[in-house]
Amino acid sequence: MSALHAATAVPEKLTWSGGSEPLKASYGKLMMWFFLLSDTFTFSALLVTYGMIRFSQQAYTGAHEKFFFSTTHWPIPDKVFEAVPFLHGVEAPLIFVGIMTFILIFSSVTMVLAVEAGHRGDRADVEKWMLWTILGGFTFLGSQAWEWTHFIHGPADLALAAKDALGNPIEGANLTRNPYGPPAFADLFFFITGFHGTHVFSGVILNILIFFNTATGLYERRGHYEMVEKVGLYWHFVDLVWVFVFTFFYLV
Amino acid sequence: MASHVHSSHTDEKVIPPPQTAAIWKTFWILLILTAIEFVIAFTMPANHLRVAIFAGMTIVKAFYIVGEFMHLKHEVKTLIWAILIPVVFVAWLLTALIYEGGHLY
Repeated sequence: MSALHAATAVPEKLTWSGGSEPLKASYGKLMMWFFLLSDTFTFSALLVTYGMIRFSQQAYTGAHEKFFFSTTHWPIPDKVFEAVPFLHGVEAPLIFVGIMTFILIFSSVTMVLAVEAGHRGDRADVEKWMLWTILGGFTFLGSQAWEWTHFIHGPADLALAAKDALGNPIEGANLTRNPYGPPAFADLFFFITGFHGTHVFSGVILNILIFFNTATGLYERRGHYEMVEKVGLYWHFVDLVWVFVFTFFYLV
Repeated sequence: MASHVHSSHTDEKVIPPPQTAAIWKTFWILLILTAIEFVIAFTMPANHLRVAIFAGMTIVKAFYIVGEFMHLKHEVKTLIWAILIPVVFVAWLLTALIYEGGHLY
């Protein structure tokens, strides 16, 4: 058995004085949980901001088919996010973001499988599932990059774009103006998905590092694969945030 | 006499077979919940009830990801509460400020 669990019974009043595991989790795992809790606060702050700003703006109240982009009302998400790579001109609302969600959830599954393989000491399986997870992460990042590019470029038909104060169509999205709705719409899109994308990127880097450590036998020599579990927690957190972002930004 | 032959050191440690049924079950649950969310997004008109349904389903998905994938359900109770209680407060904050946002302007 590895030296993870304190074998001696520690008297009650010394439980929190070090040298034991009060919550039956190792120091590293516990600190990862607390870090994730703090990161939850960061993302919650962003989502709360989004909720408050969005619901302080006018909503479009007309018929779904007659929707048009304007800086005076918040856009309907499935009118903004309807493009899919390689299918130019096809209107497939929310399909691409659905694919992205599936990719991230699936990479979370492969991560759990890597952790499970680590519990059994199966180095080959850990490597295999970590590679799949890394691939899923990169695929998600590439998809997000495509989404951003398309979003920044704006609708191909300029007549559909929202008009600025002078009546000219707004060409392309940035932090001050966008062709879909009020400036806050693009602001929040870039900030929230950008923060999340940064976390995905750092998660992929961590996964690559841990994959290398596994492949060179570090955890085999150490006797346990707990590090895989710890980066697994981070990766699941990234997936969890995406579930919330996707629901509140694309579906609501 | 039993001849105990020491062959050249083979590390044939037996690796137990994978136990992944629960993992895949959770995956299917998440996938089906997401699919249902999509169906609702396209068939239900946009209103407060729909938002409440989405929020509820997202929380259910969160329970599965945190409880099963991140293994929190199987940890010590104190650790579970250490994570859940702050999150409950955050959820309250989210609800309150979305409501307040509707009262601005």
